[in-house]
Amino acid sequence: MKVKTIALLVAAAASAGVSGSVLAQAKEQFIGLPSYRVGPYAAGGSGIYGGWIDYMTLVNERDGGINGVKLTWEECETEYNNARGVECYERLKKKGATGNTTFQPLSTGITYSVLDKVAQDKIPMVTIGYGRTDAADGRVFPWVFPMITTYWSQATGMVKYIGQKEGGLDKLKGKKIVYLYHDSAFGKEGIPVLEKQAAKHGFNLKTIPVAHPGNEQQSQWLTIRQEKPDWVILWGWGVMNPTALKAAAKTGFPREKMVGVWWSGAEEDTVPAGDAAKGFTAAGFNVAGTNYPVVKAIQDNVYKKNKGNMEDKSRVGSIYYNRGVVHGIITVEAIRVAQEKFGKGKPLTAEQARWGFEHLHIDAKRLKELGAEGFMPDLAITCADHEGSGKVKFQQWDGKAWKVVSDWVDADKEMVRPMIEESAGKYAKEKGLTLRDCAKEG
Amino acid sequence: MQFFFEVLIGGLLSGVMYSFVALGFVLIYKASGVFNFAQGAMVFFAALTFVGIQEMGAPFWLALILAFGAMVLLGMATERIVLRPLVNQPHITLFMATIGLTFFVEGLAQGIWGSTVRGLDLGIQDEPIEWLMDKAGILVSSFDLFAAGVAAALVTLLALFFQYTRVGRALRAVADDHQAALSIGIPLQNIWRIVWAVAGFVALVAGLLWGARNGVQFALTFTALKALPVLILGGFTSVPGAIVGGLIIGSTEKLAEVYLGGYVGGGIDSWFPYVMALAFLLVRPEGLFGEKHIDRV
Repeated sequence: MKVKTIALLVAAAASAGVSGSVLAQAKEQFIGLPSYRVGPYAAGGSGIYGGWIDYMTLVNERDGGINGVKLTWEECETEYNNARGVECYERLKKKGATGNTTFQPLSTGITYSVLDKVAQDKIPMVTIGYGRTDAADGRVFPWVFPMITTYWSQATGMVKYIGQKEGGLDKLKGKKIVYLYHDSAFGKEGIPVLEKQAAKHGFNLKTIPVAHPGNEQQSQWLTIRQEKPDWVILWGWGVMNPTALKAAAKTGFPREKMVGVWWSGAEEDTVPAGDAAKGFTAAGFNVAGTNYPVVKAIQDNVYKKNKGNMEDKSRVGSIYYNRGVVHGIITVEAIRVAQEKFGKGKPLTAEQARWGFEHLHIDAKRLKELGAEGFMPDLAITCADHEGSGKVKFQQWDGKAWKVVSDWVDADKEMVRPMIEESAGKYAKEKGLTLRDCAKEG
Repeated sequence: MQFFFEVLIGGLLSGVMYSFVALGFVLIYKASGVFNFAQGAMVFFAALTFVGIQEMGAPFWLALILAFGAMVLLGMATERIVLRPLVNQPHITLFMATIGLTFFVEGLAQGIWGSTVRGLDLGIQDEPIEWLMDKAGILVSSFDLFAAGVAAALVTLLALFFQYTRVGRALRAVADDHQAALSIGIPLQNIWRIVWAVAGFVALVAGLLWGARNGVQFALTFTALKALPVLILGGFTSVPGAIVGGLIIGSTEKLAEVYLGGYVGGGIDSWFPYVMALAFLLVRPEGLFGEKHIDRV
């Protein structure tokens, strides 16, 4: 009798444990993080993934997850290497009770490597501020979301900002702008749209490539000195950025007349350049600083409980860190939107999450609720438009920190959207894809 | 013409920066016949260690001494763990071992000091010298001139070391033939330890200068790419060759970028030095100052 009772108790406890774990599993949403914390781009990777993880920790700690569904995650080190990125994609895709919710590799190379795979496996790939610009056409790329602002939108935003500084876009006529770019697919991305902008606004565009890694730019800057441009657009990455700023100082080019792409506008780009970076302005879809409720909430609910991800806490509020928070906000909000449709408090499949990304609307009211007013732009994703915003803000380095020097600047959508559709259309033709009819999908 | 000279002088001074990295390769190759693939990683490790120690509150000279100490330890550990078990193995085996060492040193540096990009201020302005600008209208950076001065001092010291010291002569004997050097009583392990320590010092100097210019970050490992054509041109065994090779590569790549780059889309300064070095190999395979190797057949 005693043995039977014990056996029953053990069985009951075991089944309670099993059902408990099943329940726990069922109440979890898994996010696979293909991060890079070692290797050449570790500084960016550790900042962005650190901010993203901290935001998810905040949601779990403060809100108890998304409608009770806790977020879980696992990192896989890619070292920014394409082959390892694909390996991480495969390793992460079936993890978690419902599989990986979304794949966000923070690498244009890895993005291209898994572009076909995400469509086959039905996993939404979100590429915020990198990747294929024409993937903004959701009719051709239903599984890819180059959200907030693409490179083309950003380039037109830069021209608008330069126009503002000159006293109006009409004042750009006859001006000379040098486009100093990383000699790679990323660097060349800005050229077609800037050529069109040059034709539209009447400025002269001179393109000057810098070979990877860009740690020596003497000849490029002597050429710039000879060209005597009015402005220099710096489209750099990694060591190319501080090297350019130092070389600009060496050749006497004013940093106030240099505008950088968002991969040139982090503390990692300006601090190594020292005083040479003072006055340099860069575009961005997120701002720096800890003076935003969302960052304060992370400090209060995560770091005060010693649950923060950043080893160097002084990096909380840096450009890369806050960019990670933006990744967190977008991912969490998309899951929240998808739960509204597929069941509140229920873990989602990746396919269901994709619906959430495609119906994501973060307006000014929601930004305020999230504590991210002024921190990132509002956005509205649709079936056809996977970019959703196109806005950028400009920040200037004062020698110690980034200071916001503009409001959100809109992209020249009239120019960019047809270019996106043309490029995506070519891709669809090459691949034999049929365009989605967004009117029918609603 | 003034612009031509500006490009030329700028190129020559850039070449000096390449020579610093090339010197580290030359030292180890000269002593052990090993092409040390890890030299770029050593530059990164040295600079990061220096900055890391400084961040802990140490003054410049203490950080310099401690960073040099770390490089000596790294050199000794490399000799004990990597090289000693491979004595008399084919050179390609040793070369492969240094490839492994590269990844280890890169990971070790980031593991200890983190991946944050740091600035490094040596207190030398990287701005044009005003009087030269006023008199000749040519831009020459005071930092570049300082680097050239350091290079001249370093080469003089190393040349004296190799030519006139007992260790230097023993080192050359080891480079010629490990087994023959051992048979006449030259302590191979000691020689290797010394040469790795000296290469570590050169890596530290290169790391400080490159780090002051572009920041202390992983990209310092890429400086090795700039040193390879310098080595091919100057010769793998010649200290003066590393300097002359650096000057030639630095000046020609800049002139090529400015005057030829436009015809082929620009950005040629990454591959032009390699093309030049390869062309040079056809004419003089041992490099400008390299030792001619004659085999008895």
